[in-house]
Amino acid sequence: MASHAPVAARPRVGVVKFASCDGCQLTLLDLEDELLSVVDHFEIVDFPEASSTRSAGPYDVLFVEGSVSEPAHLERIVELRRRTRTLVTIGACATAGGIQALRNWGDHDAFRSGVYAHPEFIHSLARSTPIAEHVTVDAELRGCPIDPGQLVELLTALTTGRRPQLRDEAVCMECKRRGVVCVMVSKGIPCLGQVTQTGCGAICPRFGRGCYGCFGPREQANAAGLTRHLQMAGDRPREEVGRLFAGFTAYNEPFRSMVTELGGVRTGRTGPAGDTTTTTGGKA
Amino acid sequence: MSTATKKAVDERLYEVSELTRVEGEGSLRLRVRDGEIVEARFGIFETPRYFEQLVVGRTPDEVIDMVARICGICPVAYQMSASHAFEDLFDVRIDPSSRALRRLFYCGEWIESHALHIYFLHAPDFLGYPSGIDMAADHRPLVEQALRMKKAGNRLVAILGGRPIHPVSVRVGGWSRAPRVAELKEHRAALVEGLAFATETVKIVAGFTMPAFAREPRFVSLKHAAEYPFSDGRIVSSDGIDLAPSAWRDAFEEFQVEGSNALHARSRDGKGAYLVGPAARVTLAADQLHPLAKEALDASGFAAPIRTNMYASIVARAVELVHAFAEAIDIIDAYRPPAEPIVPWQSRAGVAAWATEAPRGLLFHRYEIDEAGRVKSAQIVPPTSQNQAAIETDLVVAAKEVLDLSHEAATHRLEQMIRSYDPCISCATHFLDLTIEEA
Repeated sequence: MASHAPVAARPRVGVVKFASCDGCQLTLLDLEDELLSVVDHFEIVDFPEASSTRSAGPYDVLFVEGSVSEPAHLERIVELRRRTRTLVTIGACATAGGIQALRNWGDHDAFRSGVYAHPEFIHSLARSTPIAEHVTVDAELRGCPIDPGQLVELLTALTTGRRPQLRDEAVCMECKRRGVVCVMVSKGIPCLGQVTQTGCGAICPRFGRGCYGCFGPREQANAAGLTRHLQMAGDRPREEVGRLFAGFTAYNEPFRSMVTELGGVRTGRTGPAGDTTTTTGGKA
Repeated sequence: MSTATKKAVDERLYEVSELTRVEGEGSLRLRVRDGEIVEARFGIFETPRYFEQLVVGRTPDEVIDMVARICGICPVAYQMSASHAFEDLFDVRIDPSSRALRRLFYCGEWIESHALHIYFLHAPDFLGYPSGIDMAADHRPLVEQALRMKKAGNRLVAILGGRPIHPVSVRVGGWSRAPRVAELKEHRAALVEGLAFATETVKIVAGFTMPAFAREPRFVSLKHAAEYPFSDGRIVSSDGIDLAPSAWRDAFEEFQVEGSNALHARSRDGKGAYLVGPAARVTLAADQLHPLAKEALDASGFAAPIRTNMYASIVARAVELVHAFAEAIDIIDAYRPPAEPIVPWQSRAGVAAWATEAPRGLLFHRYEIDEAGRVKSAQIVPPTSQNQAAIETDLVVAAKEVLDLSHEAATHRLEQMIRSYDPCISCATHFLDLTIEEA
């Protein structure tokens, strides 16, 4: 289709946010060397953080940042999905619920009244959830924040219609390739590198600390095995190991089960609230 | 997204349901009846994320990682206020070289944030474009230079912290890794180029036509005897407040307003609104500006207008760009790696509190630490919370100047005024403890 489309017909791109820090959409503006050629290839029709020109769609590509976190988000994401051909979630909030998903283990009413003197003015859902719990997602970029190199790869793939080439392996592999000395073996620093999806370039081990899992669990990650090792080798209390998993992607399995099992987040309950996948979960 | 309707002969409503070119989700609403402003509101509808609850039970180093996520544009600021607060409580004396690197880190963030705001969020208002990207169609070399300047700041943060957004290396006691001299030297040329363009930027923005505006706010910022304020100094105001950086609560408090997901801040003395950010710093700490930045400020002729015309904050931001580039170069030239990047420390129970200067202004953190070294409670007061009252006060001032314009032009002008504050709404929408109630 569209074989006669003029060269000028660039894909219409939107960039929207839900609950988030704006860092992932900022990564697009941080493509300082590529930004002006990106707009040669894509028509950015809606990107409120960067432009006063607005469009309600339709979108050929929609980048979605942030987690579903308040009642209005439930309808909004479904509506956006209807107007979008290719929906791409960007970052740990959109792909895993983000750091704010730590409230999923806690008592939402207590959180609200713990922060606001008048909690009745505040509308938010009991759980912060990833976009894919609500609508079909066509592609995702992980990370807190996303990696600019992966973003460029995705954009390039979109211009040609091929699949993006994103490495599917653990952070450990990145360390080995870069010749980074293992922080866990050499210094006994707890590190989630072996259960975490690569993409960051193994930044934390390169900077002398353990990976904290911001790109989320990789498929088939043996989190239970790592947990046993950390508990035995380091003689660490359960809750301390739990806190390692209780970070920016805690709500994705198998990190979620580890947090539920080991503790490490403020709770009051034994598991995440409403721990079944639903598009209507949570209460105002 | 803007609507401007004439409801009756004598009532006008200026409304923007979703502000653009600001960080996060906010709105503005102004109602005028018979020439009198009856409502002026800067609303914040960004979803709350409850950070002050999320950090309870966590260790200081975990908090440094977590609070960065309040804001993708100024994560360094959150890491700086938190780490300095903990180091103050634990009585940690970081290596002088580590301290210099902290300043360098802040220089990088100020450069990236200010360059973004000046050229991509604010300048389009003055030059008549919907965005910085659209501006590139007619001003490509200018936008390319701005991008290079922004990149130089981001690169600086990445050299020190691994990546520009949510860097990983700040720890209580210093850094998990300190850069080698060569890594910093390699970046020097980019900073020298950035300094030249930042100086040019002051001239460019000083040449913009500033809408009429006259109100001198109360300014609040950190002030240090020998340094331009980043992470150290005392909290001072233009009317005599003078506090330790840990003592913000002695003079200020937060309160909740219906219709906003952000808490507002005000001074306890009943004088209400105050202004934090570049205009406040340039006004209160002009003597500590780098000589090159001071020279650029003086040459611009804006030292006085910055005090009374909110639209001119773009010049203050540009002057600080010059400062950040110039100081970054000086720090790199004098840099010797610390003997150890991190000094050992011991937790102790008590209150850890500190204020530093985020790109948008004073950022105060306060944590109660228990015997086990965990956070018991937290309070985080970002600059935009503190500026909300001033923004609404200034909407009234600005409104008087726009009543003769068309509805569309007037609405746009009011948006421009709000953008002058560089509001960071993701920051403001947070969530504190409830020690402060409406009196």
